[in-house]
Amino acid sequence: MDNLLSIVTFIPALAALILALFLRGEDAAAQRNAKWVAMFATSVTFLVSLAIYSGFDPADTGFQMVEEGEWLLGLKYKMGVDGISVLFVLLTTFIMPLSILASWQVKTRVKEYMIAFLLLETLMLGVFMALDLVLFYLFFEAGLIPMFLIIGIWGGKDRIYASFKFFLYTFLGSVLMLVAMVAMFADAGTTDIEMLLAHEFASDGFSVLGFHVLGGMQTLLFLAFFASFAVKIPMWPVHTWLPDAHVQAPTAGSVVLAAIMLKMGGYGFLRFSLPMFPVGSEVMAPLVLWMSAIAIVYTSLVALVQDDMKKLIAYSSVAHMGFVTMGIFAANQQGLDGAIFQMVSHGFISAALFLCVGVIYDRMHTRDIDAYGGLVNRMPAYALVFMFFTMGNVGLPGTSGFIGEFLTMMGAFQVNTWVTAVAASGVIFSACYALWLYRRVVFGDLIKESLKTIQDMSAREKWIFAPLVAMTLLLGVYPSLVTDIIGPSTTALIDKFDTALAAAEAATQHASN
Amino acid sequence: MIQADLTVILPEVVLAVYAMLALIVAVYTSKDRLAPTLVWTTGALMALLGLWIMTGPGGTRAAFGGMILDDGFARFAKVAILFSAAAVLVMSQEYMSRRGLLRFEYPLLVTLAAVGMMVMVSASDLMVLYMGLELQSLALYVVAALRRDSVKSTEAGLKYFVLGALSSGLLLYGASLVYGYAGTTLFSGIIQTAQHGSVSVGLLFGLVFLISGMAFKVSAVPFHMWTPDVYEGSPTPVTAFFATAPKVAAMALIARVLHDAFGNAVADWSQVIALLSLLSMFLGAVAAIGQRDIKRLMAYSSIAHMGYALMGLAAGTAFGVQSMLIYMAIYVTMNLGTFAFILMMEKDGKPVTDIRALNMYSKREPGKALAMLILMFSMAGVPPMLGFFGKFYVLRAAYEGGLAWLAIAGVVASVIAAFYYLRIVYYMYFGEEGEELDTHSSPVLWVVLTGAAAMMLLGIVNMFGVEGAAAAAAATLVN
Repeated sequence: MDNLLSIVTFIPALAALILALFLRGEDAAAQRNAKWVAMFATSVTFLVSLAIYSGFDPADTGFQMVEEGEWLLGLKYKMGVDGISVLFVLLTTFIMPLSILASWQVKTRVKEYMIAFLLLETLMLGVFMALDLVLFYLFFEAGLIPMFLIIGIWGGKDRIYASFKFFLYTFLGSVLMLVAMVAMFADAGTTDIEMLLAHEFASDGFSVLGFHVLGGMQTLLFLAFFASFAVKIPMWPVHTWLPDAHVQAPTAGSVVLAAIMLKMGGYGFLRFSLPMFPVGSEVMAPLVLWMSAIAIVYTSLVALVQDDMKKLIAYSSVAHMGFVTMGIFAANQQGLDGAIFQMVSHGFISAALFLCVGVIYDRMHTRDIDAYGGLVNRMPAYALVFMFFTMGNVGLPGTSGFIGEFLTMMGAFQVNTWVTAVAASGVIFSACYALWLYRRVVFGDLIKESLKTIQDMSAREKWIFAPLVAMTLLLGVYPSLVTDIIGPSTTALIDKFDTALAAAEAATQHASN
Repeated sequence: MIQADLTVILPEVVLAVYAMLALIVAVYTSKDRLAPTLVWTTGALMALLGLWIMTGPGGTRAAFGGMILDDGFARFAKVAILFSAAAVLVMSQEYMSRRGLLRFEYPLLVTLAAVGMMVMVSASDLMVLYMGLELQSLALYVVAALRRDSVKSTEAGLKYFVLGALSSGLLLYGASLVYGYAGTTLFSGIIQTAQHGSVSVGLLFGLVFLISGMAFKVSAVPFHMWTPDVYEGSPTPVTAFFATAPKVAAMALIARVLHDAFGNAVADWSQVIALLSLLSMFLGAVAAIGQRDIKRLMAYSSIAHMGYALMGLAAGTAFGVQSMLIYMAIYVTMNLGTFAFILMMEKDGKPVTDIRALNMYSKREPGKALAMLILMFSMAGVPPMLGFFGKFYVLRAAYEGGLAWLAIAGVVASVIAAFYYLRIVYYMYFGEEGEELDTHSSPVLWVVLTGAAAMMLLGIVNMFGVEGAAAAAAATLVN
């Protein structure tokens, strides 16, 4: 199949179109049909995407399964995957059926809900496969629309504020990236990512309004892309949209946001910032490393004082993404491997944690930590699952969370010991807030009257968690499943990065002699 | 000789003769009862002429001693003008009939305005330019005051007239200065004198006055003050007309004057246009935030959109003109769809323009709400809608024209503007259930609304060939 990637990308959109055109009515039967169509479409997407996995050759560090076509204005419709993106594609197709399954209890406007999620899946897959700048931007930005609607229509009490904040915040970051893309188009004469990777952007310093810019155009481009990805991933101090969005979003919305959409930021750093602007990255790396360290410690501390479970997990997400940015801008093999591993692992663990909150929220309709306590007495299975993922979140060896944190710290240690020391203290804080949350919700005596009749997980809910538990354990004990795939590509990226830096250095020395 | 000249302006002649004949026929027969028929025949005639111009022979032909130019650029603008005018006419028929507003003069005034616009975009001489501009403006002043028994409508007409006359005065003053210092009113003569570096102060003053007069017509800041009031006061179909065809014509006129007459002095006007663009984008974005009336909101939205189109022009390159033309084509399509939606907003048969009335509109009219959602996101410039590509083109033109600061300012303004487009979506999708609008719908409006929305989505495949046509048009203007 020559256009496997397009097929995978557009199956959900096709299903959404079918739902929109042919499904009528709001009765129970129509709702059930909408759910099953969505479930079927996302499952099929996952199964077909396994063909990408089996057809993928890790040894080849270039782009594979490339499709190419002409588009407007010299742009291209070009799709492809390499070792960096292929796992995100699989993560997306893996998470989506689970989040549809987690939405089984949605009662209002089910058809529209499913359409929004299906379109979102297409757009997210497109982000990871696009090999044209503008095509990438198109998928990247368009994903805001369904998410805006998901938060705004099916969200909680303050959903309006959260949805507007989410949209405008991320939109502002992205439009600056758009200007940078226009500049790259003008400079390189192409928007083909493969060709841009081979293009060298000017890195000799120049002055803007009297300020000397180290690294020149590369630094400016880096900053523009940084504005977008730092908001998306999100990094301290531009993370404030995330807790609001998470708290207000419906459970499946939070799952998708945490498990996949945040990864677009990290993916962007790996696809664009590091390889295309090596000098700019090198100039800015110390700042980014310190921002990551601050993010890890600061948001962990903030997480400690939260009363709302979802908000707590949202802050913990920001902290874990701090490890990702730290690993990426350590710019060495361990750092990059760790960053990608951490993103994949966080995709499973944070998704599961939000689902855990969803399970009890569906029963009690509150996310207040104080409203719970002693759940272990009535919900042993739930307590077990929640315990497992709490440990994963803390980074217990044997779960996938450990590998990612360990690798990123190992990478960062070679670059900046102090940053790593600060970040490592964040690991302790993460244990504090996660275990304390667990104690307050699950342990203790069941004294609250309202909890006396709470039911343990249903079969449907167990089925949602089973694959997530399996993946977290599997990656925890057998990490080379991931590192084998990403290894060659990250090695190539690092080689290219170092060569470009050395060349730039040589050029500067040559100029000064 | 005369015959050859007349063949160049044949479409204009046909339209003008038609307007006058129809006027006589209507006056001597059944007057207003003929109006619906006239609307449809006028619309059909305009669409036919548009098709004719579109499929006609290429090349550049000059007439009347070079005072009128029929080139690819003029034809692109004319097609856009004719199609949008035709669409507005057929959209307005049902709305105006039901409210007793449909007089037989309405389609004929629109026709005459269209003739004026076609002359404007073909003008290659300051006098012809002024003639076309006035023909257009006078017809528009009258249609703005079409609702004679309404204070707001007459106020709109009067305001438009007074300020329009002022701008015409500015323009004429500029034209006289240009004539005085260049010694000719022909663009082909002016361009010989207006060489960069040797532009005399008088000529510069003339240029600035010309730009001011024309900026008034596209409602660029700081010449925008009339726009919100006129948009609000005029009957909605007339507002829809104001927002589409005249904007294309005026924008094309600016491009024509700047490139055909002052094309050798790009550096002298580029900054002026860039400043107009900057102010328009920001004022349009910020001032609309407080608006609850959707017509006033659309007025500020169109001011902001004109800012983006001017951004393309400010680049001063062929690609800049191309991006402006593409932007205008997309803008007109979006506006037609949006106004089709606004025309359908009514309660108990009365038009409603408060956006709060849209509360939970999506529950009752999912199809229309979805189409409006697509249009709003397109206006905000969010991909994958076509509106994003319009912005992408002008950004690229501005960047390559050395105006990176303007591009950055433009995208920041687009984020501010996104807020009020999102608010319409918010009312339609997230609002509280409240008073309901009628589920009134007319087939024509429905077709225009869904058609525009579908074009915003499907256009990303190949833009229906507009990209190539705009490139060809821009190439004939800038060389």
